[in-house]
Amino acid sequence: MKHFLLIGFLISCVLAFFFSPFASSFPDGLERVSKELGFFHKEIEPIIKSPIPDYSSPFIKDGRLATSFAGLMGTLFTFILAYSTGYIIKKFKKK
Amino acid sequence: MHIPDGFLDVKTWTTLWGISGIGVSYAIKKVEKEFDRKKIPLIGVSAAFVFASQMLNFPVAGGTSGHFVGGVLVAILLGPWAGLLVMTQVLAIQCFIFQDGGLTALGANIFNMGIVGSVFGYYIYKFFIKIMRNIQNNVFISAFLSSWITIIFSASFCAIELSISGTSPLSLVLPMMAGVHALIGIGEGLITILVLNFIKKVRVDLLRLQGGYGI
Repeated sequence: MKHFLLIGFLISCVLAFFFSPFASSFPDGLERVSKELGFFHKEIEPIIKSPIPDYSSPFIKDGRLATSFAGLMGTLFTFILAYSTGYIIKKFKKK
Repeated sequence: MHIPDGFLDVKTWTTLWGISGIGVSYAIKKVEKEFDRKKIPLIGVSAAFVFASQMLNFPVAGGTSGHFVGGVLVAILLGPWAGLLVMTQVLAIQCFIFQDGGLTALGANIFNMGIVGSVFGYYIYKFFIKIMRNIQNNVFISAFLSSWITIIFSASFCAIELSISGTSPLSLVLPMMAGVHALIGIGEGLITILVLNFIKKVRVDLLRLQGGYGI
């Protein structure tokens, strides 16, 4: 189990760091449909300002590298969040 | 298909926040009661993988791209409710940190990609497993079909929400969303199989748990 998890985790990091800059920049399904049907303009400014909008770290100038770092950070955050949530849910289980 | 702020009206997004809230609370209860403690690290890794792979948009026909969603995959590995939790956390990180999907629309996105994506997807998967229970490699066939169907359903629910919000008429937005995602869903199915094939080599027991035959 340990090795499998480690491999899975490393694959995720590699995908996020090395592959994310080469992802297709075409509009995704919903965005495409919203443009075609003319409701794309309805999108409003996000209610909350996020620190890393659109997967590009603002403090890194190079576009591809910014995406790589955003991807890696997101993968780590998600891992930590999901792992700790799972742990906490099980820990507070009523005996 | 992450819905941004502004596409859904107030009644629609508040309702979907409510439904998803109930769904996620139920998922927490189910995980608390039934989930195997030893598999908690797998929750973390699955979430990390889903996040990473959702960044990797692949082109489909006509200048459009799609990306892996992963609801069925995590449901096969973790069960439907832990799957819903994973999808919820990925969507929350995308929304709060990366501005991918609006805050008002987060309930809708959890509904489409978590409740439909993982819970509904899981039962579709189980349905195929059942009708193919004596067929070799039923896990892979079922995984492909259920992933593909689930993406189309998620996209269709998204279209229904847009039409209820008065954003776009159902007669236009439903066939278009379902059509585009019928293509994207093929990618979803293939990636799901690819990952399951890797897992088959290293941790075949995870697949046997979910009704795999002849593997």
